[in-house]
Amino acid sequence: MTGAVAPPAVLVAAGGALGAVLRWRVVAATPTTEYPAGTLVVNVVGSFVLAALTFAAADADTMLLFGTGACGAFTTFASFSVDVVALVDADRPVAAAGHALGNLLGAGLAVALAWLLVA
Amino acid sequence: MGIPLRIDARSTALVAVGGAVGAVLRYTVAQAIAGPLGTLAANAAGSLALGALAYEAAATDSVLSADAHTLLGTGCLSAFTTYSTFAVQTAGLAPRWMAANVATTYALGFAGVLVGRAIAATARGDRR
Repeated sequence: MTGAVAPPAVLVAAGGALGAVLRWRVVAATPTTEYPAGTLVVNVVGSFVLAALTFAAADADTMLLFGTGACGAFTTFASFSVDVVALVDADRPVAAAGHALGNLLGAGLAVALAWLLVA
Repeated sequence: MGIPLRIDARSTALVAVGGAVGAVLRYTVAQAIAGPLGTLAANAAGSLALGALAYEAAATDSVLSADAHTLLGTGCLSAFTTYSTFAVQTAGLAPRWMAANVATTYALGFAGVLVGRAIAATARGDRR
């Protein structure tokens, strides 16, 4: 047990700011004209990093800063939900289902890969 | 990246502040409701709120500024909700609870967007 670097809320806030800004830039840099690929990218990559931190049994402060804060904020469920509903609205039910299942499959494979590499 | 992107300090600050607040709110929910249920609660509530915000943003006479949408939507609500914690927690569940957690989270997330949109439409006096 080492001493806490900072109060938990400060670590989560700092990580959350970092994760949100990184997500914003990745989504902005990802072409999304046909398909909301940016959300898929951040959710899969963020799930891999969080799983790797979890399986590596990172210490509490690291988990608060990079896990709960950065990975939690880098990935998003609200934007994902809005994306899926928007695809249904646009009469693209196959793309909507693909997005819903693609995020699930991608994140699931990312967690499995982290398990194979780290655990 | 090869794509010219304008990264202005103002928007960066708005996303950062929103992200910090959203992450701390999610952490607070997780402290109150440990495990997958807390994540479910944050994801459902955040999807409802973003559904309302996105509907508002799409309106031609949006009452919220672009800065407010950046702060609240891109920053706060997107950071309040999380896919990574949902994925890692689901992977740690027994098989039958995995399917239940995915189905419940997806159902409440999508329903949340529709309810949020309906609330926003009602608040605006729209019919849709």
